[in-house]
Amino acid sequence: MSIHELDYYQQAVLLLAALIALTSFLMLGQSRLLRLIVVFAGQGLLLAATTAMVANALALPHLYISAGLTLVLKGIFIPIMLQRLVMRMALHREMETIEHPARVMMGGTSLVVFSYYVSLPVVQLSPLVTLNTIAVSLSVVLLGMLLMITRRHAVAQVVGFMSIENGLFFAAVVSTQGMPMVVELGIAADVLVAAIVFGVFFFQIRASIDSLNVDRLSRLSEVDR
Amino acid sequence: MIAVYLLLLIPLVGMGLLALQGAGRLAGRINVTLNALALGCAIALAIDVLLHGPVLSSGKLLYVDSFNVYLVGLTALVGLTTSIFSGPYMEHERQIGRIGADRLRLYYSMYQGFMLAMYLVLTTNNMGMLWVAMEGATLATVLLVSLYRTPESVEAAWKYFILCGVGIAQALFGTVLLYFAAEQIPGLGEEALLWTVLHEHASLLNPGVMSLAFVFLLVGYGTKIGLVPLHNWLPDAHSEGPTPMSAILSGLLLNDALYAVVRCKMLVDRSVETPMAGYLMMAFGLLSFLVAVLFLHRQTDIKRLFSYSSIEHMGLMTFAFGVGSPWATFAALFHMTTHSLTKSAIFVTVGHAAQLSGTQRMDKIRGLIMTQPVIGWGLLIGTLAIAGFPPFGVFASEFLLLVATMHDYPYLTPFLLLGVGIAFAGLFRHLHPMVYGDIPQDQKPIEANLWPVILHLAVVLWLGLSMPSFLGNWFNQATRLIAGSVPL
Repeated sequence: MSIHELDYYQQAVLLLAALIALTSFLMLGQSRLLRLIVVFAGQGLLLAATTAMVANALALPHLYISAGLTLVLKGIFIPIMLQRLVMRMALHREMETIEHPARVMMGGTSLVVFSYYVSLPVVQLSPLVTLNTIAVSLSVVLLGMLLMITRRHAVAQVVGFMSIENGLFFAAVVSTQGMPMVVELGIAADVLVAAIVFGVFFFQIRASIDSLNVDRLSRLSEVDR
Repeated sequence: MIAVYLLLLIPLVGMGLLALQGAGRLAGRINVTLNALALGCAIALAIDVLLHGPVLSSGKLLYVDSFNVYLVGLTALVGLTTSIFSGPYMEHERQIGRIGADRLRLYYSMYQGFMLAMYLVLTTNNMGMLWVAMEGATLATVLLVSLYRTPESVEAAWKYFILCGVGIAQALFGTVLLYFAAEQIPGLGEEALLWTVLHEHASLLNPGVMSLAFVFLLVGYGTKIGLVPLHNWLPDAHSEGPTPMSAILSGLLLNDALYAVVRCKMLVDRSVETPMAGYLMMAFGLLSFLVAVLFLHRQTDIKRLFSYSSIEHMGLMTFAFGVGSPWATFAALFHMTTHSLTKSAIFVTVGHAAQLSGTQRMDKIRGLIMTQPVIGWGLLIGTLAIAGFPPFGVFASEFLLLVATMHDYPYLTPFLLLGVGIAFAGLFRHLHPMVYGDIPQDQKPIEANLWPVILHLAVVLWLGLSMPSFLGNWFNQATRLIAGSVPL
């Protein structure tokens, strides 16, 4: 099927999916914390836009609520909270060194290919757009994990964690037009509490190791030493 | 029906109440009372379900059948006995200055929060809510792991949060796929995520999507079960948090996560014709079992030792559910009960032993049986029970499992036997000096409340000697639900 045969709605979904995947890659390569948070906010906004667009195109009013929730939580509240914490703890000048950036990017690319491969069983069930978006959302999840693996800073790990949630949410929106309302509300509440608990943790970690470099959290080991 | 609402309402109210009124001796008693009330509701619910069959709430949000009602009962029982132990224990911790009033309040409030999450995991009919409640359980316990604010406990809590958070995110992806598969069947609408509806239409669900969903669900909830290689958080969180927390994490959370996996397996088995889900669970289960028994030998911290033993037993249960024959399923259900009772009893004793010697390091814990016989014997008998010695219940359930494995996969039995042997050696090489060794200077008996331990071990002993017919009947009903037929 060529791109001309798709209607505007499908084209828009593909475009937004591509943009969301792009933000994931941008986060992977961003070494400054504040910019990382800005890119993360961008991803949240794109996600909210996707949800609102699906709600509009398929006339599903309940999706407007989840679009609103996403906008407030992922686009505004969590980024602002993280940004404030970073400013308060005077971390904004810190720069992380990303080791082997080229390899990380190549790894990210292969994760995307892998996601397409894994999503193959879904192909037989649905038209082209769903295939692409399920694969993209899975790759956003995996890229979030890669971000968490490659970073040592607690804030960057939280951004990775939240970006994994974004990927899951994207999957729910584009493949199944959102989850039932109770579940959406429950997930939103969990995310909100998780964000607050993470904030508490930053202070606890800093109080205990005087830094937010989680590499230094290395007192516990599997066996005796 | 009203019992199930009350069951959820009590911890919810308790969470708020204890957040306001959580410090001091009174809070411990309130906590015990709330758990006793919840146990009453659980018993009422169990009688209702056993007499009148499964209960579906009016909004179809809650569903209780003989499989989850027995876990509800177990959860309420262990929740109650642990709370009886936790009152004096936390009071002691406050007196020696390890925690202040604020943190005590957080502790009690989150204890109820955790119980709420557990009851919700067990009773919900909605696979999405199941996920939400499971994540809620992590959120409730994560701040308790770091309650002492030592660098080790903060590290353990961070690891717990990140690993379980990322792990359980996979389960959400699995849930989305499940919903996607169900949406292909016309006419389900918003109900497509209800377990009862999914189970009814399971044979129509697309096998390819369902297998993919199961892989994600197993990895996700498997992180919470503590399956190797996703187990790293478990020994840390168990060893660094307050001991009552370790008891309920080990006795309840792990079981309930396994419950979630088994519910998913029931759907996948009806959709996919091959035993793919069973094989995956067997492989993960056996790997966890074998890796954990080896790790038992290289531990220095007493709570870490017993958390590896939890991984071992959870692996065994996952394996048993994976085998999937009626005998194996029966054994798994039985083992869930005996393990959770024995392990929470052990953690209670270990908590006392650690307070007695002022350390969790096993090379410093000595002469328990001489200083305070009740703790020494409690630890000795508890460990005998968990190692699978007759006549305790763990022996009976492990023996059943061996027989079931011998029947279906004879070539796997040697691995199980070998593992049980290695685990036995691993536990006893550490236990012997702790119980019998020379008494260190100025080690004095402490105020200890070992009724929960005695009760649990007595029940486990009773189950090993003879299973009461109502319980056997109960397990049979649950086995029929899961495996399709009964053992006899």
